[in-house]
Amino acid sequence: MAGTAVLRPVTWRSARVVGLRDETATARTIALAVRDWPGHIAGQHVDVRLTAPDGYSAVRSYSIASGPNSDGRIEITVERLANGEVSPYLTKELMVGDDLELRGPIGGWFVWRRDQTEPIQLVAGGSGIVPLMAMIRSRTSAGSSVPFRLLYSVREPGAVFYRDELRSLSEQDHSVIFTYAYTRVTPKDSPRPPGRIDATLIATSTWPSNLGSTSYVCGPTSFVENATDLLIAAGHGRENIRTERFGATGERK
Amino acid sequence: MSASMNYLDGNAAAGELSRIFAMDITSAEGQCANCGAKRRFAEAHLYVQCPGLVVRCALCGHVLLRLVNTQQHVFLDLRGMTYLSVDAAQQEANN
Repeated sequence: MAGTAVLRPVTWRSARVVGLRDETATARTIALAVRDWPGHIAGQHVDVRLTAPDGYSAVRSYSIASGPNSDGRIEITVERLANGEVSPYLTKELMVGDDLELRGPIGGWFVWRRDQTEPIQLVAGGSGIVPLMAMIRSRTSAGSSVPFRLLYSVREPGAVFYRDELRSLSEQDHSVIFTYAYTRVTPKDSPRPPGRIDATLIATSTWPSNLGSTSYVCGPTSFVENATDLLIAAGHGRENIRTERFGATGERK
Repeated sequence: MSASMNYLDGNAAAGELSRIFAMDITSAEGQCANCGAKRRFAEAHLYVQCPGLVVRCALCGHVLLRLVNTQQHVFLDLRGMTYLSVDAAQQEANN
């Protein structure tokens, strides 16, 4: 497609639900077969539009969780929000065979490309893991040996997305290092009491600032601001930190 | 959660702006007309608690962009930025 698609208009496409998988008690992965899907880069997102019979429509942005592929399928993972307008439908009522309207792939800044060779630091807050998981999956499917670190802040062990996949990856591939930071409840063997990401954790579980790493930080807005400030205080340049914010509630409009 | 943290960022505006801009805007560099900061559009703060989209400078809070949809028109106000610079070579690589 090189050279042909620069002026590709981003229009609404029809997407069929081809699979549903619960990640946690409140989060569900939705696999979609998308008509004329042009492919994507890890870190990009899509807009999903739902339209009611009376014509009222709501649009929300969801990060793509799956790695790049050529089979016209993507996965998104949606966290159900108590007062959400769209996420309760997507996580409880949507069924295999249903159709959604989708716009994308969107975004060329918060992406990890397979030709990047520098060490990568991923920092996730809650459902902010989703686009970072696409980067991890992209790295794996490309056979890349670029060193990755993930610092994943999550409420409690039961709220971890992609738990089994992350575990088996860390056992098989020692160039991917994961650190979990539990904010409310920790597993029994956790070396650290529950708490937010702080300077000590940044110092012990992220790349030193002299390695030329690129950092990707994704999560609720307050999480992103805090983690970014800590990375900068640890010596990382702002130009090497890329951020994506989900807002105060976690539901992006 | 403080109200001051009630914003998203330029990434979340990109889908709506793709109706107008053919090239990816999140990686474009824009200069704030107020403070002169040069930042990627993805880093700007996006407010959606309003009839439309308001994008503000991450540094000084100045309004960079406003977008409002009506049934007939899309209104776009870009006077808060002195320029937007898009890396055309990178756009090729995206496709």
